[in-house]
Amino acid sequence: MFDALSDRLERIGQNLRSKGRLSPADLDAALGEVRTALLEADVELSVVRAFVEAVKTRLDGVALSQSLSPGQQVIKAVHEQLIEVLGGTSLKVTYATHPPTVILLAGLQGAGKTTTAAKLARWFKQQGRQPYLIAADLQRPAAVEQLRVLGGQIGVDVFSAPTDPVSVARDGLAEATRIGRDVVIIDTAGRLSIDEALMAEVKAVSGATNPHYTFLVIDAMTGQDAVQTARAFHDTLELSGLIVTKLDYDARGGAVLSARGVVGRPVVFASDGEKLENFDLFHPDRMASRILGMGDIMTLIEEAERTMDQDVVADAAGRMMSGQFTLDDFLSQLNQVRKMGSLGGLMKMMPGMSKDIRKAADNIDDRDLNRVEAIIKSMTKAERTNPTIIDGSRRTRIAKGSGTNVAAVNQLLNQFKEMQKMMKQMAGGGALPGPLAKLAPMAARAQAGGQLPSGLGGLGGPAPFASPAKGGSKKKKKGGRVTPPKNR
Amino acid sequence: MITYVLIVAATLVVVAIIGRRVVRRRSQRVLSAPARTPLPSILVEERTARPDLGAVDDSLSGRLGASRGVFDRVRSSSGRGALTTGQLELVEEVLLRSDVGVTTTQQILKHLQTHGAPDGLVAALRTQLVALLEAGDRSLNATADDGRVAVWLFVGVNGVGKTTTIGKVASAQVAGGRSVVLAAGDTFRAAAADQLAMWAERTGADIVRGAEGSDPGAVIHDAIGRAHARGANLVLADTAGRRHTSTNLLEELSKVRRVADRVPGQVLETILVLDATTGQNAVSQAREFLAAANVTGLALTKLDGTARGGIVVALAQEFGLPVKLVGVGEGVADLRPFDPVEFVDALLEA
Repeated sequence: MFDALSDRLERIGQNLRSKGRLSPADLDAALGEVRTALLEADVELSVVRAFVEAVKTRLDGVALSQSLSPGQQVIKAVHEQLIEVLGGTSLKVTYATHPPTVILLAGLQGAGKTTTAAKLARWFKQQGRQPYLIAADLQRPAAVEQLRVLGGQIGVDVFSAPTDPVSVARDGLAEATRIGRDVVIIDTAGRLSIDEALMAEVKAVSGATNPHYTFLVIDAMTGQDAVQTARAFHDTLELSGLIVTKLDYDARGGAVLSARGVVGRPVVFASDGEKLENFDLFHPDRMASRILGMGDIMTLIEEAERTMDQDVVADAAGRMMSGQFTLDDFLSQLNQVRKMGSLGGLMKMMPGMSKDIRKAADNIDDRDLNRVEAIIKSMTKAERTNPTIIDGSRRTRIAKGSGTNVAAVNQLLNQFKEMQKMMKQMAGGGALPGPLAKLAPMAARAQAGGQLPSGLGGLGGPAPFASPAKGGSKKKKKGGRVTPPKNR
Repeated sequence: MITYVLIVAATLVVVAIIGRRVVRRRSQRVLSAPARTPLPSILVEERTARPDLGAVDDSLSGRLGASRGVFDRVRSSSGRGALTTGQLELVEEVLLRSDVGVTTTQQILKHLQTHGAPDGLVAALRTQLVALLEAGDRSLNATADDGRVAVWLFVGVNGVGKTTTIGKVASAQVAGGRSVVLAAGDTFRAAAADQLAMWAERTGADIVRGAEGSDPGAVIHDAIGRAHARGANLVLADTAGRRHTSTNLLEELSKVRRVADRVPGQVLETILVLDATTGQNAVSQAREFLAAANVTGLALTKLDGTARGGIVVALAQEFGLPVKLVGVGEGVADLRPFDPVEFVDALLEA
């Protein structure tokens, strides 16, 4: 949907090339793209302006590096500036000398305060603390009940009473002290920042409990309003930091930068999933890449570490690099990758993917992976290790066994062969980006070819095996001599 | 064919990149993180200091400080005919600050440039936006075929206010003389059914709920069954907030919709509930929910906050999705039919 900044800069990059130094005009053009990219990522307009100014200062008159293209250099500057801004100051949570350490959570409705409260309690518990939750959100129906359920899941007691928020907070704090809990987390009612009555309420709760830390919980999908919200809460409560939620969505999360920009307080925690364990300290470098649409590779790697068999992947990557690579390897990798989610989605998250590739990745139908798997599994061991022995009759057998057709088997084998060749080149060159660039024309070709079936099958979506043209070719070829399709 | 090229290539690329990083990371683990230089903690000083709304000048800092001043100036800059760059920049700023988004904003600017503004800039902009938002069917259809029960399905991501919206819709429909059954189809979020049950109590609607973690389709099916048996007119079905990026969750939603649309049920409206504070991600949400659940319209919640909800302009432009309801407060009566004129005026005057 969004053009990543790298694509935008790539587009104007041709003009930027080999001048030794960015001319003022080039710089303006590049910064214009930076501005658009940030706005599309929901960074607030004033913050964008200030940010672009800072990047400009970074780049002004700087001699261009030999090893980076001008576009890459601009991205590098933007990325570094983002990391600086997002991670410049960090907050280290220290515990109060006289426990309990009191933490107040505030934020708009639906930002995820209640869930965050439970996640935070779980986090402190893991740090060896004894947290206690106070449900002072008496506004939303069933908010207290929700926190009770979540507290039960993590084994943390939840205090509440049907009185008023201030009394609940005060009594809860007294109770926590009495039973010797050392961290108290107070969940407050969600509110719209303009609602003065509710702002007064949270202020009163804050005044009654005198929290050591006040965190604003902010939704990563927030738009321009993030600034208004953050400022309103900061004016009322004097925030100590931010907690960003819903990073598991595909929003770029520019709101984080906006809020950080006006409040000047660090982002401390980040939440990236519905499950209570999807919560951790905030990583500015990952957020920077995400805002720029550069592919959140670190998150992906963590995900990979959770789901994939790392040894298999590392081993396979090693073999790919050395050019020895069989269909068996390919199958096992395919299955590893599938564990992480949709292939198209993953492809889009890879860094350095051009627009064409990302567009093409949208066309990957994960159901086709089943067909690929079926085809490979219909081969004998010998065939998988050495596909060259697959002749016409073997092809027919494989096609039958996998419930596909000979053309499909041929295509898969041809593609695999081509990729194998590419792997060998990659092994020679060592670096990925070169061979990756070769993917672009391939993807573009697939795009061009893809327009036909997707145009035809507008109702049902692209279904390569259902299109009549292919059904016909299958019949013709059945039993006859098999020739590889000439589609190039 | 096409997909094979991509599958083979994509798999290998993904594995290669991740594999290399994993290997590199393993070898780097011994190294400590590089030291960072400390930086000024406040990025935008002039925003942190309270802006003085009275003294707006043409300087950049003045414009940064007070968006209000910008809006006032657009209203007053009613030059005839051709538009100056300065005027267009102001319009751009107004639209961007309302979350209309870069692409849609540029399309609107282009339209303004080609058509000019014979009656002044604000009038031209207003006409264009109202026309855009007025397109599409903004009514809510509750007339099912004979012998069937009308179902309105409410979908959306987490925390946008689906359950609250249903409560308010129920209140309005009950007041309008319909007999309403609520279906507590959010079986995932802790206490979501309790929240809906409170609304049922408040509004006098009937409610069908299942155990936490039970099949949402079954709950909605039961609700339709009960409504049919008791001769109720309308089933309002809640669904769990879900990520629009998760194929599984979207497939589950498609299934829920299919179940709800089976006789005697008939899904007449599928409302995507959208938080007015949402930024450009709403485009992605709309696209996915449209594909998975055949969304018929939007409910824009939390419009009483400082957010202007300009993203619906982008959604109208891109998908032709009409806004059917707006939530402007926490009270039961604070859910209203969408009024494009009022909305655009608020967008331009705020």
